[in-house]
Amino acid sequence: MNRKFLTALVAVLTLFVAATAGADTTLLNVSYDPTRELYQDFNAAFAKYWKAKTGEAVSIKVSHGGSGKQARAVIDGLEADVVTLALAYDIDAIAENAKLLPADWQKRLPHNASPYTSTIVFLVRKGNPKGIKDWGDLVKPGTVVITPNPKTSGGARWNYLAAWAFALKQPGGNEAKAKEFVAKVLANVPVLDSGARGSTTTFVERGLGDVLLAWENEAYLAVKELGPDKFEIVMPSLSILAEPPVSIVDKVVDKRGTRKVAQAYLEYLYTPEGQEIAARNYYRPIDKKVAAAHAKQFAKVKLITVDEVFGGWTKAQKTHFDDGGTFDQIYAPSR
Amino acid sequence: MSAAATLPLQIPPTAHKLRSTATGEPAWVRWTLIALALVFLALFLFLPLATVFYEALRKGTGVYLNALREEDALSAIRLTLIAAAISVPANLVFGIAAAWAIAKFEFRGKSILITLIDLPFAVSPVISGLIYVLLFGAQGWFGSWLQAHDLRIIFAVPGIVLATVFVTFPFVARELIPLMQAQGNDEEEAAIVLGASGWQTLWRVTLPNAKWGLLYGVILCNARAMGEFGAVSVVSGHIRGMTNTLPLHVEILYNEYNFAAAFAVASLLALLALITLGLKSLVEWRAGAQADTDLPQERPAS
Repeated sequence: MNRKFLTALVAVLTLFVAATAGADTTLLNVSYDPTRELYQDFNAAFAKYWKAKTGEAVSIKVSHGGSGKQARAVIDGLEADVVTLALAYDIDAIAENAKLLPADWQKRLPHNASPYTSTIVFLVRKGNPKGIKDWGDLVKPGTVVITPNPKTSGGARWNYLAAWAFALKQPGGNEAKAKEFVAKVLANVPVLDSGARGSTTTFVERGLGDVLLAWENEAYLAVKELGPDKFEIVMPSLSILAEPPVSIVDKVVDKRGTRKVAQAYLEYLYTPEGQEIAARNYYRPIDKKVAAAHAKQFAKVKLITVDEVFGGWTKAQKTHFDDGGTFDQIYAPSR
Repeated sequence: MSAAATLPLQIPPTAHKLRSTATGEPAWVRWTLIALALVFLALFLFLPLATVFYEALRKGTGVYLNALREEDALSAIRLTLIAAAISVPANLVFGIAAAWAIAKFEFRGKSILITLIDLPFAVSPVISGLIYVLLFGAQGWFGSWLQAHDLRIIFAVPGIVLATVFVTFPFVARELIPLMQAQGNDEEEAAIVLGASGWQTLWRVTLPNAKWGLLYGVILCNARAMGEFGAVSVVSGHIRGMTNTLPLHVEILYNEYNFAAAFAVASLLALLALITLGLKSLVEWRAGAQADTDLPQERPAS
């Protein structure tokens, strides 16, 4: 019986080795939650492009999760050739804590290393039964708001800062009033999921909440996948310009010898083809021509940036999301 | 629990009649209780199980089969099988060794050992995963050494196997210890008096006596190894086609609004559970039959 078992074990292992030795080169892209569909399309297009250009077969593996959680995994040793996360701070964290890439990584690709941008919108149930039009409506008693946890999710941090900026820009707005406003919004949040996709599932599948604070692309996707007869998108009067950045992870690509293909992979995001794929997946392209072609899809809205209102991500992270920051001060869970 | 399950008491035919009058509960109380139990079972067990298969097959068998034939699904199945193929034998060896030592010998620290074996049952699976991240992660205790030697443990197959071994650790030992303790040392002592060596005693006396309990433990251990989510999720890194096990693959598909495929893969796990239950009943039934035929023969002899 023992020998039989060993034979079976060896057979299984051989199968495994044989199956993994298929493609020539593999790249691992560690990304954040709502980019699943984007990179599914993009990876197929890039593999085709790379094959045509160099004759080399490349297979791209992806991992998705809350942006902060994914950065943590890379710091803990997840061997990502490229990271495509929700905000610059998470890649900064990798540079700072694990020294896997230089601190000036954001200067290496155009447009702050962000090949596409996005913003934060509201997803409400069809007919907007609670009449939610703007950030101010989120603090009304009885409005249930769904947003992920800013500690682990990049999207949640954009949500949080957008709400903060809105209160700041109101007549007579100041930091104290903004803090009070965001605290009131959070008081209407029953559950903080760890990633944006988890929150979307909570809202659309479990039917919890009146409004979901979501990435624009995530909101469009939910409407497309689950039916325009169930949800609609509300554009608030003001939102935030989200710049999800990308970078190669130097130590990993040098070790694995994948720098060339990883670099080409990220650069392909900036080509008209890459931009078109981004636009088709509801990310705002930075290429003017592609943007013009998709102009109808993206509502014009006043977008503030983290740099002008919060003095950059490092400062924003420290003030609001690190231990003891404003989020910790105002969020009282499970009342 | 298992001692009772593997050695069911033989109730003589007359006991049946005796018991029904002895309990003395009115018929309606008994029927209400039975109905309650059945409704509960239907609502919380059969209905969800049926939903899994219903959702999986709702879009037709073509979609169902494609979801299982897809490359990422196949690699998830493969990884799950590998994790089980390594953790179950490891468990078997450890379980036998631990149970043998604990049930047949007296030594210092025995109760501490028993407590330690139960540890994986007591801690949350998330902790089971995190300890490996803290040990083998790039920032962990052995992280820099592992990186210098280009060894990958977490976010790779070894980490998944380790986490699986950890959470399934107690299964075989837990099944065997009470069984071996109940059987006592008499037969082993007899074997040794008759001139058998230690190995001979183990192979010819101890293991044959415990084989049904052993099989039962292996089945449970296998089910848990294939179904584990929490600990594996922490160390996996969720790379499609590389470090995804079946339960993790279900979550990914579900999060991608790919409900039919998610339920198709979930139905595989559900099937596994049904097969496990079937095997478990079979083992219990065989063990019962064995006990019936064995005991009367052995008793007069000893």
